[in-house]
Amino acid sequence: MNMAIRVYLLLFIVLSYSYTAFSLYEDQVGLMDWHQQYIGKVKHAVFHTHKAARKRVVVSTEENVISSLDLRHGDIFWRHVLAPTDVIDQIDIALGKYVITLSSGGSILRAWNLPDGQMVWESTLLGPNASKPLLLVPANFKVDRENVMFIYGNGFIHAISSIDGEFIWKKELASEGINIQQLIYTDGSDTISAVGFVGTHRFGAYILDVKSGELLKYKSMEFTDGFSGDLSLVTDDTAVAIDSIGTSLVTIQFHDGLISFHQTLLSHLIQDFRRAAVISPSNIPGAFILETDNSVTLIKVISRGELKVVEELGHATAVSDALFLPGGQQAFALVQHRDGKILLTVKLDSDDGTSNLLEETIHLDNQRGKVQKVFINTYVRVDRSNGFRVLIVMEDDSLFLLQQGEIVWSREDGLASIVDVKPVVLPVEKDGVSVAKVENNLFEWLKGHLLKLKGTLMIATTPDDVAAIQKMRLLSSGKSKMTRDRNGFRKLLIVLTRAGKLFALHTGDGRIVWSRLLRTLRKSETCQSPRGISLHQWQDPHHHALDQNPSVLIVGRCGDSLDSAGLLSIVDAYTGEERNHMEPVHSIVHIIPLSFTDSLEQRLHLLLDANRRAHLYPRTAEALDIFQRESGNIYWYSAETEEGTLRGHSVHKNCVLEEADNFCFDSRDLWSIVFPSESEKIAATATRSLNEVVHTQAKVTEDQEVMYKYVSKNLLFLATVAPKDVGPIGSVTPDESYLIAYLIDTVTGRILHRVTHHGSVGPVHAVFSENWVVYHYFNLRAHRYEMSVIEIYDQARAENKDVLKLVLGTHNLTSPITAFSRPEVSTKSQSYFFAHSLKTMAVTLTAKGITSKQVLLGTIGDQVLALDKRFLDPRRTVNPTQAEKEEGIIPLTDSLSIIPQSYVTHTLKVEGLRGIVTVPAKLESTTLVFVYGTDLFFTRLAPSRTYDSLTEDFSYALLLITIGALVIAIFITWVWSEKKELQEKWR
Amino acid sequence: MAAQYLTVFLSLILLLLPSAFGISNRNSEGYSINGKVRFPGFSSTGFGLPAKVSNIKIILNGGEKVTFVRPDGYFSLYPDDFNLPAQGLISEVFGMHKCSILFSPFSLRNFIHNVPAGTHLIEVAAIGYFFSPVRVDVSARHPGKVQAALTENRRSLSELVLEPMVEEQYFEIREPFNVLSLLKSPMGLMIGFMVIVMFLMPKLVDPEELKRAQEEMGAQGGVPSLANFLSGAQRTN
Repeated sequence: MNMAIRVYLLLFIVLSYSYTAFSLYEDQVGLMDWHQQYIGKVKHAVFHTHKAARKRVVVSTEENVISSLDLRHGDIFWRHVLAPTDVIDQIDIALGKYVITLSSGGSILRAWNLPDGQMVWESTLLGPNASKPLLLVPANFKVDRENVMFIYGNGFIHAISSIDGEFIWKKELASEGINIQQLIYTDGSDTISAVGFVGTHRFGAYILDVKSGELLKYKSMEFTDGFSGDLSLVTDDTAVAIDSIGTSLVTIQFHDGLISFHQTLLSHLIQDFRRAAVISPSNIPGAFILETDNSVTLIKVISRGELKVVEELGHATAVSDALFLPGGQQAFALVQHRDGKILLTVKLDSDDGTSNLLEETIHLDNQRGKVQKVFINTYVRVDRSNGFRVLIVMEDDSLFLLQQGEIVWSREDGLASIVDVKPVVLPVEKDGVSVAKVENNLFEWLKGHLLKLKGTLMIATTPDDVAAIQKMRLLSSGKSKMTRDRNGFRKLLIVLTRAGKLFALHTGDGRIVWSRLLRTLRKSETCQSPRGISLHQWQDPHHHALDQNPSVLIVGRCGDSLDSAGLLSIVDAYTGEERNHMEPVHSIVHIIPLSFTDSLEQRLHLLLDANRRAHLYPRTAEALDIFQRESGNIYWYSAETEEGTLRGHSVHKNCVLEEADNFCFDSRDLWSIVFPSESEKIAATATRSLNEVVHTQAKVTEDQEVMYKYVSKNLLFLATVAPKDVGPIGSVTPDESYLIAYLIDTVTGRILHRVTHHGSVGPVHAVFSENWVVYHYFNLRAHRYEMSVIEIYDQARAENKDVLKLVLGTHNLTSPITAFSRPEVSTKSQSYFFAHSLKTMAVTLTAKGITSKQVLLGTIGDQVLALDKRFLDPRRTVNPTQAEKEEGIIPLTDSLSIIPQSYVTHTLKVEGLRGIVTVPAKLESTTLVFVYGTDLFFTRLAPSRTYDSLTEDFSYALLLITIGALVIAIFITWVWSEKKELQEKWR
Repeated sequence: MAAQYLTVFLSLILLLLPSAFGISNRNSEGYSINGKVRFPGFSSTGFGLPAKVSNIKIILNGGEKVTFVRPDGYFSLYPDDFNLPAQGLISEVFGMHKCSILFSPFSLRNFIHNVPAGTHLIEVAAIGYFFSPVRVDVSARHPGKVQAALTENRRSLSELVLEPMVEEQYFEIREPFNVLSLLKSPMGLMIGFMVIVMFLMPKLVDPEELKRAQEEMGAQGGVPSLANFLSGAQRTN
């Protein structure tokens, strides 16, 4: 009997034990994760609507994405994300089948196959000096039966074959110091001209043989008043520019090498002209658009450079390029805002003035801001007249296709440029709101359960069944409800985008609950280039003020430099309403959320400005009172990478300003660490997440020893590298490179641990959690990436394992712990090789900190890998003892193995990956993971499996069958037993 | 499992634009890394790529440069900003990076010198496949000495071939419905254990001994059998 139990137990343990903590079955995709693809703010758009092929529009965006979109639905046909440094300059379509992109300042030319997005060829255009990149794809120009395109980049003009990217000829044009602005090729001619400015006072024009690239002519002419801005081409031999003082327009005519200038005063053209006229980049042959502060004017160039105002276009905010219509006419679109609506006008431009072809008003929701860009395309209607469709880019980076006064589709591409994310809990389910849905009828109910049963028994094979089961699972899980759930899986993710728009995404299905273009982060008189920096939890009612909705604080800046004025705004997290906003205030360098809240549960925040002053928010007497009581215990540090210093600060006294400000405090330097600039350079810092919970401070090892974790909120991990190692991986040799990792107490400035990795270089990525830090760097000696772990333990409490002492009270567990006491710490560390480059790193967070941790690695391939902390355990040895094995210590290997099943993004890519945010769910075993980049991805992780709840694929059928079998067995044995007894009695 | 392995040839060529070619004597640091990604299992000629991996990125030095592969699997990387003084040179470089001459050791020796010393790392990002990063070293002490090797298994790529790396399976494979898996589950084990107790346990006990025990029990007033127990429970209801 004993034996049987032992065997049974052993079997049970063996079978239920498994290494992989995270793994997914293919049919579970989409059950708890969602993935959204975006492209970013559109810069250029080229329509491709020929013939019977699928209608599409090719766009390039500020996120460096080149993509082909379905013109009917706005879906992505294909998409490529280029490197962040490889900025797309121009796009076009060649031969009707290749998308041509010119990127990296005119250095890289690529051709992509239009139907599937496969790269066909790539050419690199080399040259000595940077110049304005230009791309010219003539419709049908051939050299030796090859279609040719012209590219100007890095001072060279290149003629390149469209079919394979081979060079046909090239010519350096920058030798005269000319800044080429335009390439001009007239269909059918045998010359190509390149025109531009030499310095600021000279106009130059090259004329080259189109077949051989031979320089036929170079003419230049001085213009005494000088030019400013760019040159706009009006016709093949006329261009306009603004003179250097900005008061007149210069018409430049160049024909056959003869250059002539014609100057027109702007005040003659525009009535109340003041200053700051700009020629709009819109390309309308024969005419151009002049934008001033208060007007937009269409101006035509008539004979001999004379200018004539054709039309005042009112307050148009965006004008498209001209579009050639079949009849030899041209049309362009302009968009105006009127009474919260969009007025779209398509104008026909002919020799005798302009006429409106189309005028439509479209209603858009008011959270879109102004129209930024317009792209126009035409189609032939049933009655053979021209119809127009227009693609518009809005201020919040969203993209709309308008046709016949309607929105055909829209894309929220602002979500491709997320700056910061904050999770917010949903409201509690209120009484009286019944969400339970009654099944329609018995038959439906039965059918549903039959399907479910099929699913559980895994006999559902037809795709229809599988789809139905998936849908049912989604519905039954109720994961998109707008109320709090018991497990804490449903939350709102408040997301700030680069365009200054705030979105609330539901974690259940990723839909947008509300969105708001923040007034504070919009361009205004006082703030010319506002941008959002971060989000902070402002109010999160848990105990008091429960009638209040939670709110978030949005911090922004009026410009790129650290000392530019700051912007603050508080937004209700449930409705998106702006509760409070502050006009440009003091500069904001750093934001410290304090651990105190006031009676309304508003969190106190300390905002540090460029003058090292600390400003307290919220600005209420109560907050000030709390702060002054606690100010003796508030410390912070600042790491200055440029100077190589690390400083500790505390609050000193109220600032001395002209205006008395009770909420402003001077800071005091407590300590500083100076890293010698000739030997060390700060590469990375990491601290613990403020909301991390540590469950236990002690760790029991396999030999019944107790180790106390050194858990301190004030620990800082800092890595420095050799100053030479600022360039890419190859810029230093192993002998002169090193990486030094520090653990520093930020209250006292004491260095608790210091370790040098010789022959290692950055970039360094690090995460700090509990008492350990994991960091990733490149080992030049081994030529591989490495990950190291440092665990820090408190030695001062190491002798507290005597039970007698604990009982008698002579232990020092209750003695107050102060950060000023000199800690006796010991560290353990270990390093492992790792295969991939990383973009970012994060660690899982759970509600109570009981569940073991996983390190989330955002790899260079835009995937997210979950690596168990067990693999990064410094106690790993090559041959662990039996006791160690029982404790779960994995035998040491020199490299961390990558288990493909532990990619949390499974078969998906989060293109342009930038950040990973982990949020603890209420259920202890589970953590929510939100990954953002150009794409968004959300999933739920259970680092130690869901030990506290049944998984979604738990087989209830099997449980029922077992219970049934047991009951039947009991009855059978009962019958047998009775029979036997009867026999016994008869005997 | 050999079938699971994917043979990948990543042919690497280091090509240097030697200063000897240059007209001016400016220190030209321009050079390119040309290579090839191949999925031999897909096509014997190596022409064309599986549809699944049409979005392959080649990443240099952890994201410094990113490029894509052509339909024939070739790619080129240009690690630095180029300062090329010579005009004639460029076309020659471009004329070459497509031709297979590059793959002969002769041209390697010919073109690899004056490359700035250092280490470069090339990674291939393709969903569904694991590629070992490739390290390219240019020796500082011996000018012109260039090595390429896989970092994962330290295999040298003197012949510019990289193989074999794993095809990645991101999902757990669902076991088809079978009796064994049912038995292995905790519930199945419960039933199994019960069966063992029911049928095997009585057999394990020596019948003689059992009889003696029963007699002893009988002497003490009958066996408290399961039937008694159950019927007793029924009666009390």
